[in-house]
Amino acid sequence: MITLNINKKNYKLDADPNTPLLWVLRDNIGLVGTKYGCGVAQCGACVVHLDGEAVRSCVTKISRAQGKKVVTIEGLSASNNHPLQKAWLELDVSQCGYCQAGQIMSAAVLLRENKSPTSQDIDDAMAGNICRCGTYLRIKEAIQLAAKESSSDK
Amino acid sequence: MKQFYNKRPSSALRTFFVLGSLFLFVGIMAFGSNLSIDKQSAINVKTNVVKDSVASVNAFKKVYAVLMSPRCMNCHPAGDVPLQGDDSHPHAMLPKRGLDGKGVSAMKCSNCHQPTNTPGPNTPPGNPNWHLPPADMKMVFEGRSPYQLAKQLVDPKQNGHKDMKKLIEHADDDLVLAGWNMGEGRAHPPLSHAEFKKAWITWLTTGAYAPQEK
Repeated sequence: MITLNINKKNYKLDADPNTPLLWVLRDNIGLVGTKYGCGVAQCGACVVHLDGEAVRSCVTKISRAQGKKVVTIEGLSASNNHPLQKAWLELDVSQCGYCQAGQIMSAAVLLRENKSPTSQDIDDAMAGNICRCGTYLRIKEAIQLAAKESSSDK
Repeated sequence: MKQFYNKRPSSALRTFFVLGSLFLFVGIMAFGSNLSIDKQSAINVKTNVVKDSVASVNAFKKVYAVLMSPRCMNCHPAGDVPLQGDDSHPHAMLPKRGLDGKGVSAMKCSNCHQPTNTPGPNTPPGNPNWHLPPADMKMVFEGRSPYQLAKQLVDPKQNGHKDMKKLIEHADDDLVLAGWNMGEGRAHPPLSHAEFKKAWITWLTTGAYAPQEK
C-alpha cells in the first residue's frame, strides 16, 4: 500500500510503486483535470506540483511522490480563484483546452518564484508546455495579467 | 648416456628457475599494480605523480574522446541550454541552466529527469542529481580543443575547485557513471568506464600534460 497526499487529502492505494502518478490521479482517484499528452515528458500536459515543483506526472512514479505533497489543477486554489485561473478566464485563453491545466500549473510555479517575470522569464519557464492550438500569446498575456493582479492585491 | 643423465637434472633445474622467476615477476607486477591503484586512490596523490609527457598525452587522447562524446558533452554545453541526443542538438524545450545548474522555475531538470531512467526509447534518462554545471563554473566541454580542455580540467578556478584527489574521485561520481547508463537507444562513450578511469588517472598521475595545439 502506498499513501499519497493529493490536494491536501491522503489516499491509500494498492498500486505498483512504478505506476506513473498520472495514471493514479486519473484512473484511481478520478482527478481528470490533468491530461495525458505524450507520455514521455515532452509536452507538459500532465504537469502537477510535487512539493511545489512542476513535475511531469506521466513519467513520475508514485514511489517518488510518497511522503510528498501533490497538487493538481483541482487543488491549485480553493474555488478556482488563483490569479492565473482568473486571468485565464478574463482573457479567454483556452481554445481546445487540453493543455491548459499543465500550462497553468507551470505558470503557477513561475509566479511563485518570480512575482514580476519579464517576457524572457515567461518564455524560459513555459518552454516545456506545448499548445497545439497555438494559444501562446494569450497564455503569456494571462501570466502578465496574473502577475500584475497579484502585485496590486498586496 | 652419462652426458644425457648429467644434462637432465641441469635442464630441469633451469626450467624450475625460469618458471619460478616468471611467477615471481608476475606476482610482483600484480602486487605492484594493486599498490599503484591504491596509491592513486589515496589522499595525497601528488606524491604519486611521475612525470611522463608521452604517456600523459597518450592517456589524454582517450580521456578527450570520452569527454567529448555526447554522454559527457551534452551536459557541458558552451551555452546555457543543454544538448541532447547522439548528435548533440540543443535540448528540446530549450531548458536553461539557471544559477545552480538545475534549471529555472517550471523548467527544472528533475521535473522530467527522474531518479532513475524512464523505460522506453526517447524518454528522459534519470539520476537523482541531474544537473548542469552551475552558472558561475560552467566547465564547458563543447568546442574545446584537447589543449584547452586539458588545461581547463586541472585549473581549480575552472574545474569546480577540484584538486588532484577530487579530480580522481570525480571519475566515480554518480553523474559521471550515469554516462554509461543513459537508457535505451543512446550510444555509450567510446571507452568502458574502467578504461576511461584508467586513462584519466594515468593522465593525471603522469603530469596532466596538455596536447600541443595544432
